[in-house]
This record gives sequence, C-alpha cells and structure tokens, in this order.
Amino acid sequence: MGKTMAEKILARAAGVKEASPGDLLDVFPHVAMSHENAGLVIKSFKEIGTGKLYDPDRIVIIFDHRVPAESEKTAEGHKTVREFVKKYGIKHFFDINTGICHQVLPEKGFCRPGEVLVGTDSHTTTHGAFGVFSTGIGATEMAAVWATGKLWLMVPETIKIVVKGKFAPGVYAKDLILYIIGRLRADGADYKAIEFFGPAIDEMSIASRMVLTNLSMEAGAKAAMIPPDQKTIEYVKSVTDRPFEAIRPDPDARYCQTLEIDLGTLTPQIAYPHAVDNVKPLAELAGTPIHQALLGSCTNGRLEDLEEGAKQLRGRRVHPDVRMLVIPASWQVYRQALDKGLIAAYIDAGAVVLNPGCGPCLGAHQGLLAAGERCISSTNRNFQGRMGSTQAEVFLASPAAVVASAVAGRITLPEVK
Amino acid sequence: MKFCGTVFKYGNDVNTDVIFPGRYLKVWEPAEMAKYAMEDIDKDFAKKVKKGDIIVAGKYFGCGSSREQAATCLKAAGVSVVIAESFARIFYRNAINLGLPIMVCPEITKIVEAGHQLEVEPTTGEVKNLTTGQTARAKVLPPFILEILSDGGLIPHLQKKLKKAS
Repeated sequence: MGKTMAEKILARAAGVKEASPGDLLDVFPHVAMSHENAGLVIKSFKEIGTGKLYDPDRIVIIFDHRVPAESEKTAEGHKTVREFVKKYGIKHFFDINTGICHQVLPEKGFCRPGEVLVGTDSHTTTHGAFGVFSTGIGATEMAAVWATGKLWLMVPETIKIVVKGKFAPGVYAKDLILYIIGRLRADGADYKAIEFFGPAIDEMSIASRMVLTNLSMEAGAKAAMIPPDQKTIEYVKSVTDRPFEAIRPDPDARYCQTLEIDLGTLTPQIAYPHAVDNVKPLAELAGTPIHQALLGSCTNGRLEDLEEGAKQLRGRRVHPDVRMLVIPASWQVYRQALDKGLIAAYIDAGAVVLNPGCGPCLGAHQGLLAAGERCISSTNRNFQGRMGSTQAEVFLASPAAVVASAVAGRITLPEVK
Repeated sequence: MKFCGTVFKYGNDVNTDVIFPGRYLKVWEPAEMAKYAMEDIDKDFAKKVKKGDIIVAGKYFGCGSSREQAATCLKAAGVSVVIAESFARIFYRNAINLGLPIMVCPEITKIVEAGHQLEVEPTTGEVKNLTTGQTARAKVLPPFILEILSDGGLIPHLQKKLKKAS
C-alpha cells in the first residue's frame, strides 16, 4: 500500500522502515524552532538538568512576538535568551531585527523538503509548504527536544485536498483556505495531516502556498503539506546549500478524506467574530464600519501581499476614521517593499508601518483595539480578546480586502480593474 | 490517582486565547499565571476556583495557540483534571507534559452541570457525578502517558529516567 508524506517523512526521521496512522514513533526533528518562548524552554531545560544540548545546530531562535520589547518584563526575557544563546553556542539566533519566525525560517534555509521541523508556535504548520513535516509543540516538550533530540509523535491520518480551476480577479489563497476552514470546521483536521494537490496548487507562488499551510492550523491540522515540485526545489536551493531529499506521497497513498474544490465559483471570503470557521462570502458583510485595518502577519505579510494591497490604494488615502497598520513579515520583505516603493505608497496613504513581527495579531504588542472597535485583518485568528478588548471584533480577509476596506472605512470587496 | 472536585463547565471550542490571554504571555511564574486563568471567558474563575476543582467542556478544548501557559495556569490555579468531549492536539500534549491530567469523555457535558461534585478515576476512566449519581466512562490514557502524569509531568519524568540511566 502506498504512503502519505506524513507516513514517509516521520518514518525516516524515526529511523524505521515504514509507518502507518496510529503508530507512535520517537522522531528526531531536524529543526527545533522557538521565539520569545525560548525563555520558557530554557527554564524547563535547566530543570531537566542534563546541562547539555543534544545538538545546538538544530536549534533556531527567532524573536518576533514582542519586538522591540514593549515592557521591562519582555526585555528581561529577551536578555535571558540572548545570554543562553551565547553561553551554549546556539548560532541560529535571530534578534528583533529579523522578522516573523514563519517567514524567517524559509528565508534562512531552514525549511528543507523531507525533514521534520518542530516549533513552539501553533502556526509551525506553515513550513509544510516546502514539503516539511512541520508541527507545533509546547515549550516544555521543546526543552525535552533540546536535551534528548527527540519527541514522540503519533503518525496522523491525512486529508487530501485537490484544488482545480483558476482564481477569479480579487480572489486569493486566503479566500481559498478560509473557505476550506469553513467546510472542515475548526477541528476538522484535529490530529490529522493535510496534503494539497491540483493544478491550482501547482500554479501558486511559494508565498500563496504558505498561506494555505499556515492557516491549515485553524482547521486543527497537525501538519499541512504541499508535495515538493520544481518551484519548491528551486526556492530551497536558492537559500541553502544543505542537501535534502524531497519526499512525495505515493500515488496509491491512503487518505481518510478527500475534498475537491473548484476555484471557478470561489468569491472573496471573510471569517467573522469570534471563530476562524465562521466563514461567509465577504459580500454579505460589506458595508460594516471598521476602525482598524491590519496588513501583515505570518499568514499574509509577504511581498506579494503588500503588492496586492498597494494595488487597492490607487493613490487614495486611508479613510479618516480608520487606523491602518502595515507590518512586513520580515526585514527581507521590508527591504524589498522599500525598493519597490510599496512602503512609500502606504505611508503616503496614511498607514503606519511597524517593525516586522507578530505585532497586534495576538494582542501582545502594539496596535490593540478598544471595546466596541472592529478590525479587518489579514492575520489568522479572530478569537475574543485576541487583539485587545474582549468587546472588540476581528474580521479575517485577504490583503486586498483589508486595504480596500481601509480606504472605504467599511468592509469592502477588493476592487478589480 | 482519583480526583474529586467542584465542576466549572464551559462549551465547545474554548481556545487558548481565552484560557490565557496573549497580553500575559510575558509572565513566566505559574503562581502569577494562575491569576489570569480563563480571564477572557470567565472573569471570576481565578477567584472562585479551589484546589482539586474540575473543568468540564465540550469539544475541541484548548484550540488555537501552542502556548503551554494555558495548561500551566489551570494547574497552578488548582484544577485537578480537565474532562472534555475532545481536545486540540497541542493543548493535549502540553497538559500531559505539564502534569495536568486530561480525559476525553464524549458524554461528559450531558451528565454534568456547573457546581456539581464530580469523581474521576483516570486509570479506569470511571466518571461519577456525586450530585446526581449519574456515571460515564472516559477513554483510558495509554500507560506511557499515565506514567508521565504520575511522575508529575515530562520534566520530572525525564529527571527520573536520567537518574536511572546514570
């Protein structure tokens, strides 16, 4: 019987011949990523008491949640991590001037097809866009990975999603994945992996593929993968010299569920408060007044997102009743956006450009909402209290819809011309 | 490993943002985390919860962020066990790794209301509502997970293993 990507990749990382859903494996991840919560990992690592890292070169630490530090407490946390990194010789450390972990990992060559990556962040599923089995874990478990090099993982069943057809103008990968989450529901892929197939996926840019794997977490996915193709291989080779072995699923692999989607009928979608699976066509909420528009995050803060957003400006200014925030996903994206004149376009429109990082997405840093306020956001979660007040509301949509709405002052369909 | 306590009951899809809001993620001390437990879904929880109390919830408890503070804060607040119809996978792992027993019981919300007294035996899966006399059966945790829990979590479990090895 054929094997899925999850079955093949996990078997290889566990050093066993083959694996099937339900098998419990001791897996040795190739990359172990943490952000600010490396502080918690360090605390647990010290308690374990080995005093020795299994392999410091597998550890990657990227500050992104509260950069630069918004409080003395965060500054102390950052300091603890910086000191540990120096003392233990962790060379893959990226400070406050790098960007969001899920953008920085691929940019710096840590997403290599066929490997296993664990991260102390739920949106670690993102890296499946590069054919990596990539999943989120907690800080204590990460401390055990640092100390022992391994963790137990249950081999998941896999949902196959096949996407055909072409995107209509003004419709993007974000709309597709919101639609999928609405269909699967928030727990539809809990404990499961997802594999994406189809001509529409083949045509998609790397950045758009990352939107799918990133947001698959919001359907509960343990991992979400796109079988590596020429585009994947070329990208990965452009960022790393490390050898890797691309692993694709067998044609006769067994899936627990198959979902087929035709893009021909897909319209712009929106997730309304307070759950990501509250999805409906954006047109149904058009006209709802907003107070903030947020363009950025590990979901939609890449160059193509800033470009698509800027196209909606057409020389117009952000509505006077709206605060618009723009957060490039990384410094590399920031620099490219500067070169292309995108940052100037946003500033001239009256938007506030923030340091690459998670920003207000999780309500831990700047740009929060007051009671009664509404935000349209290109981010990934709209839970109650997520972006400030529990009485505020967050709506999730594509970058184009976010910018179109920022200009209009109310939820608006992207303009297509 | 028998638990007995007063029930706090919640619905479906209780996410980690409402269990432990992002604005407190910079907090590292469990005792302080306990003060913010469930703040965005039940403001009075931290004041009312007593040692040994039990959380009962619907499906997909702990969905969202991987923040393990969501499990740490409940344990530090005195919660003895969380019983839900189902859990999100990262929360499930975090709870075990931090030594907070959790159990899957598809019927639990039907036989228990807030304020009831509940008795739970993780090793057999027996659940008894002491207020009404109703019973239900939870899935029994695999032996290696029960071992981590009885050691008090992944860190003491590893410490024990390392001690044995040396």
